[in-house]
Amino acid sequence: MDLEVQGALLKAVEQYGKENVVVMLGSPDADSADIYAETVTVGDPTYAGPLAGVELKLSVYHILEDEIKALIPEDVYQEQVGLMELSLDKDAICEAMNNARKNFLG
Amino acid sequence: MVTPVVKGASFVLVHTPELVCHGSKPAREIKKDKDLLANIARHLRSYQEAVAYPPNQAFIGNLRPDRLREVEQPWHRSPLQAAERFSSSGEIMPQEEFYGWLKLADEYDLVQFEESFLAEIKPKLEQHPLIAPNDLEKLGSGVQLAAIEEKIAQNIAIPLYNGGKLAGCVSTAHEEDENLTAEIILENLCNKASGVVAMRYVLRSFDVTAEQIQYVIGCDEEAVGDRYQRGGGNMAKSIAELAGCVNASGSDIKSFCCAPAHAVVVAACLVQAGLYEEVLVIGGGCLAKLGMKYAGHLKHDMPILEDQMGAIAILIGKDDGKSPVIRLDAVGKHDISSGSSAQAIYQSLVVAPLTKIGKKILDIDKFAVELHNPEVTEPNGNGNVPRTNYRTIASMAVLNGEMDRTRIAEYEVAHGMPGFSPTQGHIAAAIPFMGHAREMIMNGEIENAMFVAKGSLFLGKMTKLSDGMSYLIERNKGVS
Repeated sequence: MDLEVQGALLKAVEQYGKENVVVMLGSPDADSADIYAETVTVGDPTYAGPLAGVELKLSVYHILEDEIKALIPEDVYQEQVGLMELSLDKDAICEAMNNARKNFLG
Repeated sequence: MVTPVVKGASFVLVHTPELVCHGSKPAREIKKDKDLLANIARHLRSYQEAVAYPPNQAFIGNLRPDRLREVEQPWHRSPLQAAERFSSSGEIMPQEEFYGWLKLADEYDLVQFEESFLAEIKPKLEQHPLIAPNDLEKLGSGVQLAAIEEKIAQNIAIPLYNGGKLAGCVSTAHEEDENLTAEIILENLCNKASGVVAMRYVLRSFDVTAEQIQYVIGCDEEAVGDRYQRGGGNMAKSIAELAGCVNASGSDIKSFCCAPAHAVVVAACLVQAGLYEEVLVIGGGCLAKLGMKYAGHLKHDMPILEDQMGAIAILIGKDDGKSPVIRLDAVGKHDISSGSSAQAIYQSLVVAPLTKIGKKILDIDKFAVELHNPEVTEPNGNGNVPRTNYRTIASMAVLNGEMDRTRIAEYEVAHGMPGFSPTQGHIAAAIPFMGHAREMIMNGEIENAMFVAKGSLFLGKMTKLSDGMSYLIERNKGVS
């Protein structure tokens, strides 16, 4: 995950508190979704950014997951995300997110 | 009206493992972690490994990108037996020789090499097809090691190593100007020197001479200037001077990674308008991006693949009756009002320009998109960039009713290609396919190719917009 994004996330947590921050991913495949989820829960696995060794344990979802889709007006979702829902491997990404939450959030 | 055509394209890699520590990311992290430099050094590739690396052979033109599918992954463990340093119009240059080109690119004696190092590389440079006798004179005979050590000790120069030995240094150009530090001079000279190599290749390998070039357009992402004009630019003219383009002037187009697409379109416009007959688009390499994703590579205990810079040179000129034609009636651009969703971007860059000339997505034989080598990006969690792009274009074709959803995966194989470009921003943005596309169209392998590039303008903090530009090239039907 980009170092600047890691820094911004840390700042948001300091400002609003862990319980008020939810991370929404838009990464294009299962592997990157897994790494991003790991970064915002148990820390940056590459040990390169501000979240190295920082266990934020934040709630994390992917924009393609159905529980997120249900929260967004259908026309907006179609316009903004519809094409990516069609083109990306939604099943693999959703599975990676479920596993990541199980592994990293317990 | 004159028809603009693509008369030639050259692609060059310079393999510079000992410059990785000067890349922006490694340079910052090395300051924080004393063991990192040694760890990076253990994961650098030899020159032979870089030459035999399959995506590199695709980049310089010796291997069609589609053929990469036949090479077992990971590619860094599958060296090509028949790999060559040179292609018909480019090469993979070793570090020590590139250091000589750095010296050639330097007009202010800011780059200095130690005497014995220069004596060692001069005979090699003498054999190089692009080196002229006056280049060798310009290299000089070097300075004593003590003089280099003293400058480094005084903190007015940064070291250049070769084979672990101090070989030379780059000096700061102004002690009070943070825009002319040794680091920035090195960054800009790397861009210039690699650009000179690419420009000399394209002018040697095709039917256009240096004297015929009237205008040169730079498309890199470096900022050349001093404290009063950071980013003043015209790297294009600086490079053209060293490639013998005596009748040319030039300028740079800046749009992050998207600049090469803008540059090709503007060059084609200058030709179509009749203002100039021969225009050259040039883009040198980017030092700052060396080792950018090193952390992912170290984590996977694989070689640091961002140990090389890429450079491109494209000849755009008046119709010769054989070279592929640039269709200026099918140029796509991402307007300020276009919107930032994937749909909006691809509507602007792909569907809208094709609709204008009555074509559909499936009418395009090959799309060139951001062609980042996935082996570089995936270990760092950045995904397979070209695959994502191809699946998105395929999904647009599904939404337009051109094909069924079940064919999205096969679309990537038929109309796309695996990524093979070094992750050098502007260098990776569709343009690496230009040489292959030109040959494939002229050989009758394909009829046309569309180039789609995007740029992350928001990184500069002046806007939240991104950018995009696209154009179509197709078979020349001959002079009527």
